[in-house]
Amino acid sequence: MGLAKRIIPCLDVDRGRVVKGVKFVEIRDAGDPVEIARRYDQQGADEITFLDITASSDDRETMVHVVEQVASQVFIPLTVGGGIRTLDDVRRMLNAGADKVSINTAAIARPEFVREAAERFGNQCIVVAIDAKAVHQDGETPRWEIFTHGGRKPTGIDAVAWARRMNAYGAGEILLTSMDRDGTKRGFNLELTRAISEAVSIPVIASGGVGTLDHLAEGILLGKADAVLAASIFHFAEYTIEQAKRHMQARGIEVRL
Amino acid sequence: MSTIAIIDYGMGNLRSVAKALEQVAPQAQVLVTQQRDDILRADRVVFPGQGSIRDCMRELAHWNLTEVVREAALNKPFLGLCLGPQALLAFSEENGGVECLNVLPGRVVWFGELCDPQTGERLKVPHMGWNQVHQIGNHPLWQGISQDSRFYFVHSYYLQSAEPSLVVGETWYGFNFASAIARDNIFAVQFHPEKSAQAGLRLLANFADWNP
Repeated sequence: MGLAKRIIPCLDVDRGRVVKGVKFVEIRDAGDPVEIARRYDQQGADEITFLDITASSDDRETMVHVVEQVASQVFIPLTVGGGIRTLDDVRRMLNAGADKVSINTAAIARPEFVREAAERFGNQCIVVAIDAKAVHQDGETPRWEIFTHGGRKPTGIDAVAWARRMNAYGAGEILLTSMDRDGTKRGFNLELTRAISEAVSIPVIASGGVGTLDHLAEGILLGKADAVLAASIFHFAEYTIEQAKRHMQARGIEVRL
Repeated sequence: MSTIAIIDYGMGNLRSVAKALEQVAPQAQVLVTQQRDDILRADRVVFPGQGSIRDCMRELAHWNLTEVVREAALNKPFLGLCLGPQALLAFSEENGGVECLNVLPGRVVWFGELCDPQTGERLKVPHMGWNQVHQIGNHPLWQGISQDSRFYFVHSYYLQSAEPSLVVGETWYGFNFASAIARDNIFAVQFHPEKSAQAGLRLLANFADWNP
């Protein structure tokens, strides 16, 4: 009995539409964020994360409407990331019904932004997203660095030190993506996940690389993550959230069923 | 028509609370309001809140709502959510110590450095996610909700009731803390029913029907 480990499906949204297709049986419109969010809720998702990948800032307002619509019909926590750069961006998303916002590039550009956002809106709604990649050679002490621009641009910032700093600045949670695993279906970078999770006092969500249900369980059991986030294994109906939870439960992990 | 007033004093987004109540109580009028008269005239009152307790008490005073909240808590069905129940107690450790409304006896305490006594593993703070609530007694607001159902929590401070008889729900996070307290017309929960899927909606529906 106690706190459940969470499973969080992540949806990429471009100009108000879910992209990369979601294959549910009986779903009419695979691009409709509301319909998809509702379906994940029914399957037992513990939270839903929307990543706004809209390129033009003119279309950002669309995301606010998406959040409003989803939050009026789906009563589980919602996180929104992508393009959150100012306190006003945070306020608009929270007012639209998001419970948390995820801050990535803007934190690297100006770390104080995280402190200001946490002070203004409370730690509980500020997630710092960290995209990290291994930079050590074989045989060396492991070291991971923060990358931006989809993993193309190194920043020189050590990922573990950065996570500690964001914790101290008031982040309520960390969303950690192992960039060298993202899209590979080879599983989370467990060494990185564990190093970050043990370095901070706040919850860590593991992301990047999930291809099997065992990967999800390993993120919790070996990576010491508090939650696991995945996109494609759920979107393409390889597994339902419920299957994932039953599998995790069979491996001794506490889940909400 | 019955009215439910959600007290809006600038502490967190109340849209989700309003939407969830509208969904479960379509016959009621749901008002998000900072108007004294609306609150005192409403049939039921919801006292939510998010953020820090210092800001919460400051904003209540700023909007002249401190006494209104106390008055509403005296007689009508009154539901505290998240920071709401913390504000109802006498004192909170947060922000170096803050005097609260003292509607119910007790104090609010930081989780601090926590370990699971069984595994020795460190427990993260905030306490964030879905945890079980063990119902104590047969309060009408638990009607139709299975024992030990999970609700969504996110908080770093917890309620320490001065009177054990007020505790109607307990949750384990390295130790048992009060996740729901009640007295007479007041029911207050540390978790977020508006974000707790079916169990949460049922609790809100029960509140909309509750006649203490």
